[in-house]
Amino acid sequence: METSAAPTIAFFTAFKSSDFLFLGEAALRTLLISVIAISSGSLFGLIFGWILAEFNRYMTSILSLILDLFRSVPLIIQLILFYNFFPIIGLPLSPFVAGTIVLIIYTASLVAQVARSGIEATPLPMRRASRSLGMTYFQDIRYVVFPIGLRAVLPAWTGVALGVLKDSALVSVLGYVELLRASQILVTRTQEPFIIFAVVGGFYFMLSYPIARITDRLEKRWQYD
Amino acid sequence: MDYNFHWRPVFRKIDDLLAAGLVTMEVATLAMLCGIVVGLILALMKMYGNRPLRAVAYCWIEIARNTPALLQLFFFGFGLGALGIHLSPFLIVLFGLSFNNAGYLAETFRGGFKAIPNTQIRAARSLGMSTTQTYLRIAIPQVFRIVYHPMTNQLVWSVLMSSLGMLVGIRELSGETQFLAFKTFRIFEYFLATAIIYYAIVKIILGLSWLIGRRLFRY
Repeated sequence: METSAAPTIAFFTAFKSSDFLFLGEAALRTLLISVIAISSGSLFGLIFGWILAEFNRYMTSILSLILDLFRSVPLIIQLILFYNFFPIIGLPLSPFVAGTIVLIIYTASLVAQVARSGIEATPLPMRRASRSLGMTYFQDIRYVVFPIGLRAVLPAWTGVALGVLKDSALVSVLGYVELLRASQILVTRTQEPFIIFAVVGGFYFMLSYPIARITDRLEKRWQYD
Repeated sequence: MDYNFHWRPVFRKIDDLLAAGLVTMEVATLAMLCGIVVGLILALMKMYGNRPLRAVAYCWIEIARNTPALLQLFFFGFGLGALGIHLSPFLIVLFGLSFNNAGYLAETFRGGFKAIPNTQIRAARSLGMSTTQTYLRIAIPQVFRIVYHPMTNQLVWSVLMSSLGMLVGIRELSGETQFLAFKTFRIFEYFLATAIIYYAIVKIILGLSWLIGRRLFRY
């Protein structure tokens, strides 16, 4: 080995154990943005789904068209459009806010369909029966439609939620440092993409896989009850 | 609001965008076909394989379903690059999407096969059909009918996911848009046009699949 007189500066340093901390912090940010998006998106989606299921089809056509637009355009295009639209009207948004808003709308558009099919999963005679027994409309929704619909669409809803968790990776395009962006930063520094992407894949897997398994189990148990 | 929308650059390049839209459809369809073949194999491996085969299928399916598609693309693009395997952007997107589609479709197919009553398979076998005949003539036509709509949805997802290709350098619809948008700085206008084209592509796919489905499943 030759020794040079001038000390060489290390541009690229290897993957260190402290980088796990960096990735862990980024994973928390992924979790934060997904939890916000999934919870508020599900709430809006539930309301939209209820409107779609319970009101006249012609009255809700505009809503369903708008929701359909958000389902049919790639999320990445939506993010870029939204992020570039607000500076135009003189109101620049931070990547986090823009990303969260788009994810919420996107989640709501997906959950609306799920919620609608959940409400429609309750047979109409059953709802008529509950109303004839003297239940109010909201009692009918709360005690009849909700339990039956939830069982019918819980797997679909979890699918949407996990999809949003994974799609939150796209917010990295706007510059929000979540898990995927953090991995890119590390790759730039360490030049070891194979290991880092595998590790980050492991992080995502740990976030997503347990939820998928729990839902599977829940679904099986509810089938036999 | 002191921003002037300039639509002329978009209209001037609309041919390029539409041509790129064809690339999108091409890569999405190819990925879908690979995904169907691999997904079918994975589903059969998971149902009837021995232990190692089942483990491989299980890992593939769970990894494809539980990590972001974008990460999978990066893995095929940059991760494999670190191992000395350099793929062209088109192949990166094709492999990445095929990997993802196969994972999702395998579960779809497995659900489809599960929905076929076991008694039908036994009946066919006791009528003297071979295993292959049983599958080709009894099981698969019914499975196809069950998984037809999920498959259509997956094709739509495949088109939407191919937009991630712009981050690995393929010049399909999104990549082309990004290229043109950053050349002219008309980002909003170009991406709005692209969004409309994507919407049109998705609607065309859904419409065609509805027509084909109506023709196929008349009875």
